[in-house]
Amino acid sequence: MDVEAAKMIGAGIATLGMAGAALGVSNIFANFLSGALRNPSAAPSQTGNLIFGMAMTEALGIFSFLVALILLFVA
Amino acid sequence: MAGTDPIHQFVIYDIFPIHLGDEAAGSALNLSFTNSALFMVATVAVLTAFMVLSASRSSLVPSRFQLAGELSYSFVANMLRSSAGKEGMKFFPFVFSLFGFVLVANLLGMFPYFFTVTSHIIVTAALALLVISVVILYGFFRHGFKFLKLFVPAGVPAYVLPIVVPIEIISFLSRPISLSVRLFGNILAGHITLKVFSGFVVSLGALGALGWLGAVLPLIMTVAITALELLVAVVQAYVFAVLTSMYLNDAVHPSH
Repeated sequence: MDVEAAKMIGAGIATLGMAGAALGVSNIFANFLSGALRNPSAAPSQTGNLIFGMAMTEALGIFSFLVALILLFVA
Repeated sequence: MAGTDPIHQFVIYDIFPIHLGDEAAGSALNLSFTNSALFMVATVAVLTAFMVLSASRSSLVPSRFQLAGELSYSFVANMLRSSAGKEGMKFFPFVFSLFGFVLVANLLGMFPYFFTVTSHIIVTAALALLVISVVILYGFFRHGFKFLKLFVPAGVPAYVLPIVVPIEIISFLSRPISLSVRLFGNILAGHITLKVFSGFVVSLGALGALGWLGAVLPLIMTVAITALELLVAVVQAYVFAVLTSMYLNDAVHPSH
């Protein structure tokens, strides 16, 4: 197979890692929402944790994007 | 293609070329003042001007500027106190400068035609290495070899330790990598997405009347992504500061 084509295919496969990040982020928000609806008075104090958890999870999706970039431009 | 190339915005070029040494002898040193350096200076200038303006005419009834300065102060102070405790407050100037630098650099990068300093991994890696060196140096300075207790969680049975200690060491060593790549990746991905969608507007607009109709959709998308990127810029600066104070907490209180 042509190396250039293999790189493109590899970069495309690498983006699949974002599905995991999508599951993780949606899990965080779904659980926050169900918790916040049960106890709305405690919800505002947890916004910091929510944003923090979102950023931590989202970073893993960003890593797969990074792998795609490295395959396209560096490797 | 240069107009719609999504990577073109990250090119670093010289503004004042300063080349020292001899390239043939292998001792070349490129100290040029680049657009990246220019925007770092601009970031520091904006941040300094904001803090000086907000602190210069302080009064009992605060003006809007003073209120903004005091809010940002208490925001970072509360964050640091809640994660690193009272003893961690001696690192407040460090964390506040880091937070301010990353926040202003991210927000300045959102202006069209402006260079984003934090979209280069060399900048974020330097910041992350600074954080982790402060943690290691202060940890050893303050606690001596008791700092190594950080890698031995309390209450773990002795026969699990051969597995737990290497994991703790690896997770400690991967902190500067994840800290720098998180910030760099988020900013880079956001700016590329923004450019790709605005590139759709340009290439659809070149197709004539029907293309103009179709170009409305990516244009709306570009506006929405700009709003999202403003959120990401603030959130990533916040996350960088929170993680810094959590790592500093390890240096101040190494035993779990």
